[in-house]
Amino acid sequence: MLEGIMIGLSTAFTFSNLMMVIGGCLIGTFIGMLPGLGPMSIISIMIPVAITIGDPSAALILLAGVYYGAIFGGSTSSILINAPGVASTVATSFDGYPLARAGKAGKALTVAAISSFCGGSIGAVLLMIFAPALATVALLFHSSEYFALMVVGLSAIAAFAGTGQVAKALLMTLLGLIMATVGEGALFNMPRFTMGIMDLQSGFGFVTLAMAMFALPEALYLVLDPTRSNNETGGEIKDLRITRAEAKEIAPVIGRQSVQGFLIGVLPGAGATIASFLGYAVERNIASKEDQEKFGKGSIKGLAAPEAANNAACTGSFVPLLTLGIPGSGTTAILLGALIALNVNPGPRLMVDQPEIFWAVIISMYIGNLVLLILNLPLIPYIAKILAVPRNYLIPFILFFTMMGAYIGQNNATELLILVGLGICATVLRFADYPLAPLLIGFILGSMLEDNFARAMQLYDGIGFVLERPMTMGLLGIAAVLIILPSYRARRARLRAKGVADGD
Amino acid sequence: MALDRWISLIILMITMAYGYAAFFTLDVGLPPFMQRNAIWPSTFPKVLAVLAIGCALIILLGKGESEPKEADIDYRRLTDYNLGQALLLLAMMAAYALMLRPVGFLISTVAFLTVSAMVLGERKLQYLLPIAVLATGVVWYLVQQVLGIYLRPLPYFLGTGG
Repeated sequence: MLEGIMIGLSTAFTFSNLMMVIGGCLIGTFIGMLPGLGPMSIISIMIPVAITIGDPSAALILLAGVYYGAIFGGSTSSILINAPGVASTVATSFDGYPLARAGKAGKALTVAAISSFCGGSIGAVLLMIFAPALATVALLFHSSEYFALMVVGLSAIAAFAGTGQVAKALLMTLLGLIMATVGEGALFNMPRFTMGIMDLQSGFGFVTLAMAMFALPEALYLVLDPTRSNNETGGEIKDLRITRAEAKEIAPVIGRQSVQGFLIGVLPGAGATIASFLGYAVERNIASKEDQEKFGKGSIKGLAAPEAANNAACTGSFVPLLTLGIPGSGTTAILLGALIALNVNPGPRLMVDQPEIFWAVIISMYIGNLVLLILNLPLIPYIAKILAVPRNYLIPFILFFTMMGAYIGQNNATELLILVGLGICATVLRFADYPLAPLLIGFILGSMLEDNFARAMQLYDGIGFVLERPMTMGLLGIAAVLIILPSYRARRARLRAKGVADGD
Repeated sequence: MALDRWISLIILMITMAYGYAAFFTLDVGLPPFMQRNAIWPSTFPKVLAVLAIGCALIILLGKGESEPKEADIDYRRLTDYNLGQALLLLAMMAAYALMLRPVGFLISTVAFLTVSAMVLGERKLQYLLPIAVLATGVVWYLVQQVLGIYLRPLPYFLGTGG
């Protein structure tokens, strides 16, 4: 293995390759900030550039830089203007945006950068050590387990809900799942619930929904209540540094979530989105009582967890790609295309036949991470200055970017009308204190959930798979506990408030 | 009745309509070979409809009364806020959506940015216009030329603009 690392290092550390990774990181970061352009689209845009380079290692190094840059750029827009352009950064905005509103945008970006760096690096180390072994484990997961895993992810949403809000969170989740069934699914060749409207044939767009649920209501709130935008600091960027105490606080979170995120990322199809949601939910549940209160209101733990998990999962998704040739996510699928175009065949033989490629990928991921951190830490004060833009300019631009995000994905102006309509609904829901995040999560996981459920049903010809596969049953058991526990706790709290003695 | 219950009532009606469609209309045209499958296109929606109706009923009939969180907007005093501005901006967005294709990206975006800023109270046109034009130009160049995603720049009667 050491020999392999040396090969990788010697390929990566040439002047031209370092320039590639720096360029890639910058391009990725800046384009990734536009909502709607996630890593997947940016990488696919960069593929023609990468292929013309010719040298597979150099091309991969460029793409790795773009990849990590795009992920960080996506987190930036989630944190600064509450506009998560990619599913995997939705969880970042839960705590990142409140932090930015409290005048700690610089700190939030620093925490995000450091957690992503750690997540990615730990992921890369784990990838190096465990790749071959993990590949076989990932194959043990069948569609029924995926289905159960997603049910766990959805049930963890109960973790997002405050006391007494479980029913609302569940209803929003179900609404998200319902919205995901609109349009033509992959498994059935028929449009469902489109009400004859052509524009709904392909379902609701993810970016449209994300913008309508998060960015638009927030912008409207800023308009409605001008005092919201004058945060106490007057747009000044303070608290850039993380204190020693904070570092101590987030270190274990990053450690745990890097490993957990990596393991979830290894499963093909689960990927960074589930990893980030689960990471957030897990950290919230194991945090102490006072810390739990802070989640959703600007907890740095709540920001570090999804960021670390998300990046570790991105790295983890390379395990099935490099060892089995199975792309586990959209992004790795595009990378697989790039690899094949570069005459590299990922699969079990890759490590034997072309070790220099295998190691170059791993080392380039590591370098991409490192360069990103070095490049972005000094840039953070300037990026955070976006928030110091006067309100009269900031709000029209936020609205404009949300619309661009929705438009360029579909190239369809009706999408913008859908965006406005859903945005109004979301704002009204927010007035009534309905949580919006579960709706989006339900929507994201909905189609995957149904596909896997349908596949399992077809394989086992009925619901019997739940009983036949112990792992499925175990995961569903966890899900049931996750749903019941908060309402049980709330009930206990209510009874206690009434003065009824505990019945323990 | 508080707003959240009204909303749960509306959601209940939506899910009931959805459930009706799932239970009674979705499978009408199902080809016979698919009827032998363990799962139908309507299976999952049926489950969702039942669960969602249950959840909506819990909120509608439940006892829990949520108090408005502080620092958030209290919808009972909505008119105290800049409601007019918000509605105008929403109208602007809808107008932008309708204008984007016929008028072209450049003009409609500059107009959108300028007018929305003016709705919000900006009066310094000497700064506003150049910024709007510059931003529009940069975004158009990035999206159309660098990323290669087609945005019609000019009004429809002036050609497609490559």
